[in-house]
Amino acid sequence: MSGYWNDILVGSKSLVTGLMITAREFFKPVVTEQYPYDVPEMTPLFRGHVELIANEETGAPNCIVCMACQRACPSDCITLAGEKKEGEKKKSLTQYQLDFTKCSLCGSCVEACNFNALQFSKEYNLCSFNKDDFIIDLVKRLEDQN
Amino acid sequence: MDTSIWRPILYLIGIMVFAGLNAAYLGWCERKGAGRIQRRTGPMEAGYEGLLQPLADGIKLLTKQLLVPSGADGILFRVAPVLAMIPAITSLVVIPFSENIQARAMELSVLLLFAIASIAMMAVLLGGWASGNKYSVISAARAVSQNLAYEIPMLLTVICIVMISGSMNLRDIAMDQQGGFWHWNIFRLDNFHFLYMWVAFIIFFICSIAETNRAPFDMAEAESELVAGFMTEYSSMGFGLFMMGEYLNIVVGACLTTTLFLGGWDCPFGMFPGVWWFIIKIYILIFTFIWIRWTYPRTQIYKLLNLSWKILIPFSLVNVLLTAFFIKVF
Repeated sequence: MSGYWNDILVGSKSLVTGLMITAREFFKPVVTEQYPYDVPEMTPLFRGHVELIANEETGAPNCIVCMACQRACPSDCITLAGEKKEGEKKKSLTQYQLDFTKCSLCGSCVEACNFNALQFSKEYNLCSFNKDDFIIDLVKRLEDQN
Repeated sequence: MDTSIWRPILYLIGIMVFAGLNAAYLGWCERKGAGRIQRRTGPMEAGYEGLLQPLADGIKLLTKQLLVPSGADGILFRVAPVLAMIPAITSLVVIPFSENIQARAMELSVLLLFAIASIAMMAVLLGGWASGNKYSVISAARAVSQNLAYEIPMLLTVICIVMISGSMNLRDIAMDQQGGFWHWNIFRLDNFHFLYMWVAFIIFFICSIAETNRAPFDMAEAESELVAGFMTEYSSMGFGLFMMGEYLNIVVGACLTTTLFLGGWDCPFGMFPGVWWFIIKIYILIFTFIWIRWTYPRTQIYKLLNLSWKILIPFSLVNVLLTAFFIKVF
């Protein structure tokens, strides 16, 4: 018989505790992110596809077309070309194509780059019905950003 | 006024608007409440704060096909959802919203209400049985045993109220509780009824949750065991009517609790009595329904029946005895 009363008392107490917890949660602020209206900031180590780093003064890419990234890439994603313009010491980049359909984001290209010219972007909104949309022209992307 | 033609017409319009709005917007309230408790926002897209969501849901349900499975009993299958709505709307006839707002002040309105409320269970039974689906049949059987178990303590607590008020007329019961919260049946000072009436209130409230098949007593739905129970085979507005019936039953349950225990339209401090107090009280109770649903996990069918037969029924029987004793002695 004591078990019967104990069940009722302990049970009622735990029910009230439960109600108090949900009541408290009810008045706390919302924690979910309203995605399309409220875009999250990616963490520093997030790996999007690679992007070129621009020179802070000129806005031109830092790349000197040494081809280290192209050689480092295990999946042959990267195609780049450059030319030596008149009056300049270094080569300048004319074309940098990334085939993101094959890229596994291993980061060998970023590691191979000695001239601070490549980094992972924070891009995560990639989606398309067309495969060609993932062959990305990074030079054009950099120009658009500038 | 009793024979006036306007009374039934006004009742029809008023009750249908009240029932329709409640059935639609309690769904919204439920989703918002669930969202807040789980620290989400709930529906936000359709209209400001998702206020047009019930409308969007209604249109979506109306455009779907009402499928009748090949093994089902066609007529009963179609009748059941309607049967889920009718008792809820009919019950609102005798609910006294305020001193002057009531469709009919019948002498035996308490009896009528509980007689009609039992038909709501028939809707679940018929819907489940007519579906010709094993989950639905199990769900129908559960609903019947659950309703049977919880109707007894509920009616026993109502007997206490009827003994105190000396009337089976809901209007008289509410009139008897006017003049401040110390006259309400739950806290009633005269004859020291407040000593045990709060237990009756809790029993009544638990039973009304069980009667309306709400979580944590939604054994008939139990989506983790029975898909959706009696609603498994329903699509389109058949499903919609069941949902509306569920919400209307909650409204009726809240109205009944307010009238029987919380003084109806009476203000706790004896100021501005009127229909708004009734509305405030029923919405506080409805919020509690939603709050409870999103707090507790579903019980097992055995524990559910144990709770009723082992705890609620003995307690309500003792309550009836105590009421009789206190009325006689003091």
